[in-house]
Amino acid sequence: MGWFTKATSSDTEKGKLNIVEGMWRKCPHCRAIIYRKEIERNEQVCPKCEYHFPLSVPERLAKLVDEGSFEEWDAEVSPMDPLGFVDSQPYRHRLQSAQEATGQKDALVIGKGRIQDIPLTLGIFDFRFMGGSMGSVVGEKICRAIDRALEGHLPFLLVTTSGGARMQEGTLSLMQMAKTAASLAQLDRARLPFLSLLADPTFGGVTASVAMLGDVILAEPRALIGFAGPRVIEQTIKQRLPDGFQRAEFLLERGMIDAIVHRRHLRATVGTILRHLTVGR
Amino acid sequence: MRDFLEFEKPLKELADRIDKLTKSEPDKPAVQRLIRILKTRLARMEHDLYSSLTPWQRTQLARHPQRPSIVRYVNLLFRDFIELHGDRTFGDDHAIVGGFASFEGRTVCVIGHEKGQGVKDRIRRNFGMPHPEGYRKALRLMKLAEKFHRPVITFIDTPGAYPGVGAEERGQAEAIAKNLFSMATLRVPIVAIITGEGGSGGALALGVADRVLMLEHAIYSVISPEGCAAILWNDASKAPEAAAALKMTSEELLRLGIVDEVIPEPLGGAHRNHEAMAAQLAKTLSAHLSALEAQPIDNLLADRYEKYRRMAAVATPHTSSPECLPPS
Repeated sequence: MGWFTKATSSDTEKGKLNIVEGMWRKCPHCRAIIYRKEIERNEQVCPKCEYHFPLSVPERLAKLVDEGSFEEWDAEVSPMDPLGFVDSQPYRHRLQSAQEATGQKDALVIGKGRIQDIPLTLGIFDFRFMGGSMGSVVGEKICRAIDRALEGHLPFLLVTTSGGARMQEGTLSLMQMAKTAASLAQLDRARLPFLSLLADPTFGGVTASVAMLGDVILAEPRALIGFAGPRVIEQTIKQRLPDGFQRAEFLLERGMIDAIVHRRHLRATVGTILRHLTVGR
Repeated sequence: MRDFLEFEKPLKELADRIDKLTKSEPDKPAVQRLIRILKTRLARMEHDLYSSLTPWQRTQLARHPQRPSIVRYVNLLFRDFIELHGDRTFGDDHAIVGGFASFEGRTVCVIGHEKGQGVKDRIRRNFGMPHPEGYRKALRLMKLAEKFHRPVITFIDTPGAYPGVGAEERGQAEAIAKNLFSMATLRVPIVAIITGEGGSGGALALGVADRVLMLEHAIYSVISPEGCAAILWNDASKAPEAAAALKMTSEELLRLGIVDEVIPEPLGGAHRNHEAMAAQLAKTLSAHLSALEAQPIDNLLADRYEKYRRMAAVATPHTSSPECLPPS
């Protein structure tokens, strides 16, 4: 879009806000207002509280895998509308706008790449695509990545950021939990490592299937991770939740994850773990 | 005394009228004739009502307080049931009941959600919403069944896994995930029966099986209709619309290949006749169990894996993918 098409009435009304939003960014965790460039220089990490801002899939790949090593698989696998689902708008329309906004068919990118020269298969969720929700395509692509890991005797790394199972595909979405867990059981039997990296946020059916099944489970600092969403819990127990509830640090304390890794050290940490689990067996 | 649901009100009025007449002057031929006519009308009304239930009405039947639960089925279907308690780590979750019992001459492992009978019991059982220790107890019993070569039969009836602070602290998600993972390769036959409410991951954690059977009016869904309505419509009162949109009835799930067989219920629902329901269930369960037991376990595991692997509605433009479910 050219700069000249942008001058709409709503933009002039919100003009001041736009400038603020354009140059500055509010940290959703510590609520500090920070110069956008400073966040970018800091690997999309809040310099005040270490909150890790969400990354797009290309940004994630750039920070994680060896340069130029990633090759995407099955980008063309597309969602359908098995239930003919309509709420305030039809599922097909939601899919279309998400596809236009992201340039992807659905909420997961899979492929192969290298981390510190170690070849592996990868899956990376994209939260921008309908909240990273898991429907048939996400489940199917996780399984296809695992199939290829089995064929090539490769480790599998999954980076999650998801609101959970996708409501618009109903019980079929629920079945993706069983399906991906069954595929991971095959990987387990083949003694191929599965590393799970939980990014902010990871919830619901994704946490309760693939995300928590890692041989090694890593999380990004401050990431919110859980089964039930905090709002649902507050409504159920009718109490305010304790500070830090469902943050990565909380899960580490409770013994639910192996380690919290800063983005700056992620590539090196994953490389070391993979070497420990695979080299010289 | 039978509980009538809101949509059953017209039936109740007619039934009450018949009751009143029967009590007043039952000997008068004219009254007897009237009673006969009203009874025929009632039967027709019942038939019409129950053969055209909306998904929301069926949700209410699936949640009916008098609907038989695992404790009831254990009494009606099995002998020598021994309940086994606890996850050996944290505690015993009363929302899940499990143990060993005899079914038609063989020992089976029985595990299921229990919502409870009466207020006190319901509270004790947390209305059938398990904590992680419930799922871990279930897995412990499944591993016992595997060790001693006993088939596993699960009864599914839960609003969902409990959304609470303790549940999150103790790893609700991990407990569910571990069950899915372990059931996928458990080396004994597994039959899962959705008897009432199949509430999302909390239901699926007992539901990975060689055969998934579903009672006619049971429901099985990725989210409760109330939860779905609250998120997508911003209005929990749109639950009836959400119930229809989610396609969570037995016929729909049979069509989608998620359920293997639908077990018919007595007219008006399982709560109207527990014994008849149990007899129908026993017949279906017996057939499936015998068929599974006749197969080598490695074939069974390969089929179990393939069954779930195929569950998807995806389109691949360049290659036709026969493994994927047609949209229909």
